[in-house]
Amino acid sequence: MSVETLRRTPLYDRHVALGGKMVPFAGYEMPIQYSGIVGEHRAVRGAAGLFDLSHMGEFFFEGANAGAALDRMVSSDIAGLEVGQARYGLLTNERGTIVDDVIVYRVAPQRYMVVVNAANIAKDAKHMRAHLPGDVRFDDKSFDTALIAIQGPRAAAILSRVAKLNVDDIAPFGVASTTVAGAKATVARTGYTGEDGFEVFVENNAAPGVWDQLLAAGKDEGILPIGLGARDTLRLESRFSLYGNEIDETTSPIEAGLGWTCKLDKDFVGRDVIAQAKEAGPSRRIAGLVVEGGVARHGMPVTSEGTAVGHVTSGTFGPTVQKNIALAYVPASLSKVGSRLAVRIREKDVPATVVKTPFYKRSEK
Amino acid sequence: MTVPQDLRYSKEHEWVRLDGDTATIGITHFAQEQLGDVVFVELPEKGATIRQFASLGVVESVKAASDIYSPISGEVVERNVKVIEKPELVNSAPYGDGWMLRVKLADKGELQKLLSADDYRSHIGETPGSGGD
Repeated sequence: MSVETLRRTPLYDRHVALGGKMVPFAGYEMPIQYSGIVGEHRAVRGAAGLFDLSHMGEFFFEGANAGAALDRMVSSDIAGLEVGQARYGLLTNERGTIVDDVIVYRVAPQRYMVVVNAANIAKDAKHMRAHLPGDVRFDDKSFDTALIAIQGPRAAAILSRVAKLNVDDIAPFGVASTTVAGAKATVARTGYTGEDGFEVFVENNAAPGVWDQLLAAGKDEGILPIGLGARDTLRLESRFSLYGNEIDETTSPIEAGLGWTCKLDKDFVGRDVIAQAKEAGPSRRIAGLVVEGGVARHGMPVTSEGTAVGHVTSGTFGPTVQKNIALAYVPASLSKVGSRLAVRIREKDVPATVVKTPFYKRSEK
Repeated sequence: MTVPQDLRYSKEHEWVRLDGDTATIGITHFAQEQLGDVVFVELPEKGATIRQFASLGVVESVKAASDIYSPISGEVVERNVKVIEKPELVNSAPYGDGWMLRVKLADKGELQKLLSADDYRSHIGETPGSGGD
């Protein structure tokens, strides 16, 4: 038996210097927070935040058939992606359950980047290789690629000061090649916070320079480095699924509320099972809960009239919505907005109400 | 003031301020710093009996829930409604408005089992006498 050593991203020294509390996460030492989760959360909603997401995986697929091959592996419409566009989708298996959730970026006519969750890099690589035709080249650049996200209402303005392109030319879910802080970069208008924002992919050795310049460029506007803690509260308020919580290989996209990512009029792995699940209607669904008197946490039972009927997948205090919020699997019959349930917190059934999600949605300009 | 000189402390990072037969209880500056942003506090009702070193309630930060252990035994005569309504007081004023309970002491002798400010400073790795600024 060997003790697995934790990896460090190229920004490790920056995190320590900025006072980040480092914790093990998906095989990496990552900052859970710097100044404090609530303050970091508010910085992203009100100004801008900088995230090190270099632990995430980047796969590249190249060849005349790359798009068609990915279209058969990913639930959403990959064949319909234009160059410079990205799309969220699911890697599904033959059982119609979820191997991972990914974003597919068409970076050139015959070249695609797929960003996968850090904890799933090895599993996804194996799964995708097994489903890949021989004429498509697969390249796992996860350990060579750094990813820095800048998110928040001031993100575009700050990034535009250090990027060599007009960031307003990148539409939401658009992607472009450019230069950021002197380094060759792929910039996408994607994120996981519910705010406008960008994800900047660079080679490892360029990451510290990009990080420093973005922090400096946003200083006057109150940009903060953001840890995993606020990343979770931000995504939960926006009702984004987290792999390992809301979705995994035991969950179907339909019950997870991700039916919208499944293009059922095309052929993809697990398509028939998912179409049947949609037809039959799920027996359980993810519901958004507001909990009145306690913070629900992953794994806690959800009860109805004293009987356990489901479980919490994610829960926290939402710093923007100022409520204790949770996502939970509950029977479909109890998942309607207004449904009165409870979360069993420390042996007590604490009242909870099913509410409309997302819990937070930014106001459009 | 990270470790006030006039209080007694538990190893579990609660403090006690003695006032005649009653004591005020809270958690220390060190504890709130470790917890991060406190978002929920659960405390026993007035009239409840609490026992030294047994769990008396819970503080929840954004990250996790942590038990509060009672530094002394006694009967709850008041709980801080303000800290239940505004849990962030635990962060901003752990020895002031962020207090938790007032308790009628069952046994003053129990205070001997608690740490002095100097001992508590050593317990959390601060040099005795360096605090109190």
